[in-house]
Amino acid sequence: MSKIIKIKKGLNIPLAGEAERILNTAPRSAFYAVCPPDFHGLTPKMLVREGDKVKAGSPLFFDKYNEKILFTSPVSGTFSELVRGEKRRILKVVIQADDTDEWIDFGAVSPESITRDQIVEKLLQSGLWPALRQRPYAVVANPEQTPKAIFVSAFDSAPVAADADFIVNGQEAEFQTGLDALRKLTPGKVHLGVHAQATKSQVFLNARGVQINTFSGPHPAGNVGIQIHHVDPVNKGEVVWHVGVQHVIAIGRLFMKGIYDASAIVALAGPEVLNPRYYRVIAGAQIKEITAGNLRVEEDLRQRIISGDALSGTKVAANDFLRFYHNLITVIPEGDKPEILGWIMPNLDKFSVSRSFPAFLMPWKKFRLNTNIRSGERPFVVTGLYEKVLPMDIMPMPLLKSIMINDIDMMEKLGIYEVAPEDFALCEYVCPSKIEIQQHIREGLDNLQKEFA
Amino acid sequence: MKALINLVEKVKPHFEKGGRFEKLHRTFEAFETFLFVKGDVTHSGAHIRDAMDMKRTMVHVIIALMPPLLFGIWNVGFQHYKAIGLEVEFIDQVLFGLIKVLPIVVVSYVTGLAIEFIFASARDHEVNEGFLVSGMLIPLVIPVTTPLWMVAVATAFAVVIGKEVFGGTGMNILNPALLARAFLFFAYPSYLSGEVWIETTLQEGQQLVDGFSGATALAVMAAGEGTMPSDFDMFFGFIPGSIGETSAFAILLGAIVLVATGVGSLRIMASVFFGGLAMGLILNLFAVNEFMAMPAYKHLIMGGFAFGAVYMATDPVSASQTGVGKYIYGVLIGVITVLIRVVNPAYPEGMMLAILFMNVFAPLIDHYVVEANVKRRMKRMERVHLQTQA
Repeated sequence: MSKIIKIKKGLNIPLAGEAERILNTAPRSAFYAVCPPDFHGLTPKMLVREGDKVKAGSPLFFDKYNEKILFTSPVSGTFSELVRGEKRRILKVVIQADDTDEWIDFGAVSPESITRDQIVEKLLQSGLWPALRQRPYAVVANPEQTPKAIFVSAFDSAPVAADADFIVNGQEAEFQTGLDALRKLTPGKVHLGVHAQATKSQVFLNARGVQINTFSGPHPAGNVGIQIHHVDPVNKGEVVWHVGVQHVIAIGRLFMKGIYDASAIVALAGPEVLNPRYYRVIAGAQIKEITAGNLRVEEDLRQRIISGDALSGTKVAANDFLRFYHNLITVIPEGDKPEILGWIMPNLDKFSVSRSFPAFLMPWKKFRLNTNIRSGERPFVVTGLYEKVLPMDIMPMPLLKSIMINDIDMMEKLGIYEVAPEDFALCEYVCPSKIEIQQHIREGLDNLQKEFA
Repeated sequence: MKALINLVEKVKPHFEKGGRFEKLHRTFEAFETFLFVKGDVTHSGAHIRDAMDMKRTMVHVIIALMPPLLFGIWNVGFQHYKAIGLEVEFIDQVLFGLIKVLPIVVVSYVTGLAIEFIFASARDHEVNEGFLVSGMLIPLVIPVTTPLWMVAVATAFAVVIGKEVFGGTGMNILNPALLARAFLFFAYPSYLSGEVWIETTLQEGQQLVDGFSGATALAVMAAGEGTMPSDFDMFFGFIPGSIGETSAFAILLGAIVLVATGVGSLRIMASVFFGGLAMGLILNLFAVNEFMAMPAYKHLIMGGFAFGAVYMATDPVSASQTGVGKYIYGVLIGVITVLIRVVNPAYPEGMMLAILFMNVFAPLIDHYVVEANVKRRMKRMERVHLQTQA
């Protein structure tokens, strides 16, 4: 291993309830769903009607603005319900699952033996294409483009994140086949980001045909955006793609077995989980099948279930579904109870980057952090704080201000092409003015994309 | 505790839309959030948030202001009794100081907060916490002899013209507390220079001691006559001056609180001290008069230098906001302060003007720091384009 890229800025939030390395199999859900809002900017056009029978891998809908991108069913069953939200926006496409799965056969083939176009075609047909996401704009990759490089982060540094080492265990061949397929999609390199201390799995360390980049340091070192920035940053006019570990495995299975096998391993973690551990599920599974009987029960206690991590995940209800890009379900208490003079108390149970709380005296302590926002939104006052948790050569406050006034030219100059909302999740976490930073970044990206559309 | 929450919940409807006191909605909210952290939860983005908020940030500045305030209260009494030549108990000195200082603090807070509440209601935003600090800074940077109505006028000017016209806390260009002092300085110069630093209103039978001088060390140096206090007196603050500025020691205690909790920027503080010291040394090299020859370190313990460096220059809103910018901003404040002190005899105290001056220039400094970042990115892009062409 060559040089280590040391990430110095950042923050590991000591959230309690990290998952133990035990693998359970969650019971098969009665319902599975694909949720269009997971894919930012997508306008779905339905291909099936309610009551239609589908197989695992059958297309459910496509992207109105890019008809090639299909979204397919993770299980076989019956398309039972279309859940709509405001302005009739499609929120969930729900499938009532059969007892066993039948798969559509896309044909097993070695990615080495077919062309790039054939690989793209296979990914699009099987519904695995959306696993590829791109910078700039942090959206599903455009199949018309060719990226200068593809990144895979082999560790997740978010609070109580799932351990990629554990997920990949025993799936070496699938992972490697997935990487082989990705390698054909770019004339450049496929980069695999590993952590200097945390990554132990030989599957990652011995991966072939990729450039292994070693990182050290706290969250957000595991964010693929940070890794791209330090290895091969995105300039204006360039495109980089990235894929999650679990999806690399799914792509590998597509080429090895010829089917869209959506099974995945997710961690159920967080302070409200009684026995935090890993579950074998199928993508789009109902949350309650995974959390059943494993959450703390107390009178007058409400809980927040998050598909994804506590910093940038999606709020879901128990009867909601695991989201497409997530391999973690975090459960934390809701902070909906007022605290008398809470802003001035010593607050032993609170965590803060600021040393005005005693948390810094207890570096070993794990906290049961809740969703209380603690204050109304204020204008920018404190300076120099975002910079401490954003390990990028990007000036967060000037960038945010340029987004707020929609100054496209300035946003470009300040490096908006490189960023995704999740990279600013820690900035949002530490912000004492409680500004919704991730939302602002997303607005900036949207405005930029509109400008060039 | 539960009862209190219930009580607040009970009266709340009166202050909400359609309630009897609808207009006082923001005022009610300010007191409500003061009493307890509300049970409001995140709805998007980061589900968990850092426990730090604006109230706690501001309250730590107030805590850091306690040493200079308490020392200032005692020093007001100490200087007064020293001037009239009376030996009194410590408690009497403190009592005298309290009687003189407390009304100034109260007037500053009441005036400023009243205006803040009115603007928050008119603009329908939450009451910002910024004035909790400004309201304490204003009394500490003016002489104890300032009439109360003047405190009120200066505070009102600072809050309205210095802050609210720009959009309120976070939007202001100048430090509001210093603006209040600058307003007094230029509007009522006779109240802010000369024999104003010690309360010497005499009661019957009292008289000033022989050879009494209420001049500050800076005035002594600027005039080139009179006796300078010892370094010891200047460091610990047994000298005349604005209420909170005299004791470098008390200010140092405050600085430790600010730096340890991460609320105040060490970068700025250290840069200001460095700039002042460096400029003092440079002037020493070209010394043609007594003030220029004065040992440079004395600048740091004279007048408002320490107070300005620790509490005023570090105001994050009016200071430079970029990392590198903070160094430049701080050093220039130190340099300009000493220059004004030594070279311009019309203004013996340069700290106030130096900080206000640099407040105005902070956005310019930031502009160039940001440009440097932009240029780096442009260069990186050019490099890539060259490579692809080659």
